Amino acid sequence: MWSSEVTNMIIVGIGETLYMTLVSTLLGYVLGLPMGIVLTVTDRDGIHPNAVIYKILDFVANLVRSIPFIILLVVLIPFTRLLVGKSYGPTAMIVSLVIAAAPYIARMVESSLKEVDAGVIEAARSMGASNFTIVMKVMLVEARTSLIVGATISLGTILGYSAMAGTVGGGGLGAIAIRYGYTRWQTDIMIVTVLLLIILFQIFQTVGMKLADHFDRRK
Amino acid sequence: MVEIEVKHLSKTFEQKGITVHALQDINLNIESGDIYGIIGMSGAGKSTLVRCLNYLERPTEGEVLIEGKDLGTLNEKELREQRSDIAMIFQHFNLLMQKSVLDNICFPLQIQGVKKKEARAKARELLKTVGLEEKEKAYPAQLSGGQKQRVAIARALAANPKILLCDEATSALDPQTTASILGLLKQINEQFGITIVIITHQMSVIREICNRVAIIERGALVEDGSVTDIFNHPKSKAAKELILRDRPDTEADRKQDVLVGQLKSKRKIRIVFSDNSAFEPVIANMILKFETPVNILRADTKNVGGVAKGEMILGLPEDKHLQVDMEQYLTDCGLEIEEVTGDVE
Repeated sequence: MWSSEVTNMIIVGIGETLYMTLVSTLLGYVLGLPMGIVLTVTDRDGIHPNAVIYKILDFVANLVRSIPFIILLVVLIPFTRLLVGKSYGPTAMIVSLVIAAAPYIARMVESSLKEVDAGVIEAARSMGASNFTIVMKVMLVEARTSLIVGATISLGTILGYSAMAGTVGGGGLGAIAIRYGYTRWQTDIMIVTVLLLIILFQIFQTVGMKLADHFDRRK
Repeated sequence: MVEIEVKHLSKTFEQKGITVHALQDINLNIESGDIYGIIGMSGAGKSTLVRCLNYLERPTEGEVLIEGKDLGTLNEKELREQRSDIAMIFQHFNLLMQKSVLDNICFPLQIQGVKKKEARAKARELLKTVGLEEKEKAYPAQLSGGQKQRVAIARALAANPKILLCDEATSALDPQTTASILGLLKQINEQFGITIVIITHQMSVIREICNRVAIIERGALVEDGSVTDIFNHPKSKAAKELILRDRPDTEADRKQDVLVGQLKSKRKIRIVFSDNSAFEPVIANMILKFETPVNILRADTKNVGGVAKGEMILGLPEDKHLQVDMEQYLTDCGLEIEEVTGDVE
């Protein structure tokens, strides 16, 4: 039963999972980071309160996050097909993953930036810093450790989502686990893929925390 | 020259539909080169007032003029430029925790677009001024409170400000460190000619380095003038209270206070000895003259702007006529006397 085919399949699966997870997280940050910054800045006690913008983003973030990912995947099929030409395979899954991840990441970023000491922001204002400077040179720098921790958690969550994407033909380790473990009752292959997912998760978590620690100057 | 002029300044906050009058009709003139103290109990509005001086808080009414320029007429960009002339230090230092000491001091220069090399040279020079040249690579978390405040002072000086605002800058520090930070502020005032505004709730801070003082109570200015005048003749109740509360802060002193507090007396007066009167045994002579003892409830020497002043609180005998005569005697000896109401703590 353990043929070289199965081994190859698993290796390809690891590659697809990494591809989906890393690219989705990266693109998720392209959307989620600015969104998180705008949420922080426009909040009532932010440096440039704007109730309208805050409420719109707040609503969008809650809306997307309240739809279970598995449903979101199905709902987004027509949109994915429009964007990448097909609705299955790792690249197609990235579309759904990014849409699900961006609001999640935005919330992570928002909570990190809100931890920044208001006194430090006030000090920067007293020096004549513009809001742009405060975001770039104070908030993002002071929240660095927390942002890295947030990215680590997001990466883990997106890894989990990518496995779920396997159910709708997403590829990767998740797809293998479902196909062999659920559909064909080949428990051994399923166990191997699950173990691989656990190992990947542990690696992400360990590296992320080490990085966060490395960049922290508060001790 | 008037450096900071505050005219009819009021500030109200709306909190859940309730209007809070934080400041009401404040008028101040702070001269160039002053070390100006603003003192009040917590919640008096002094922190709001100092934030109005650089428009971190926009006054609801009234004007703030810096060297004649009305901050209310400036647009956002002009205001940011103006702020580089008005540096500020804080109770909790507010340093960038993820940046080194040197980068912290460079920060205001970075905001102004000064070249990195130039900024670093200036920062190193300032580290020398505040006596921390060996700490340039350290991070704030590795410094003591006093050292952090020194870094904050260096950072405040980086942009060559004309004014330095200090918001409870020594309130988080122990007495020794407070003294050294106050010494540094005085040195900066003399060396760079920077006008300093100090917000505090401690009379000792005002006494040590300020030449002028304003007393704020419940959002209103109740008294202002030279520190020596107010120390000798506090007029308002708030000023009298602040002066009486100005006590050393050690355990032994507090125990002593309890004992002193038990010596109650109907009429209490506070005497301030200026330099010439301190040489005569005034109290001893008075007791001999009237053949009646008085209670010395407290005696202390205090540094008022570098001049040692004797301060004594006496409990006078019950006899009303004797009280009047004794007070007259003391006044004739050239002493400043004030009646003290309430118990001496």
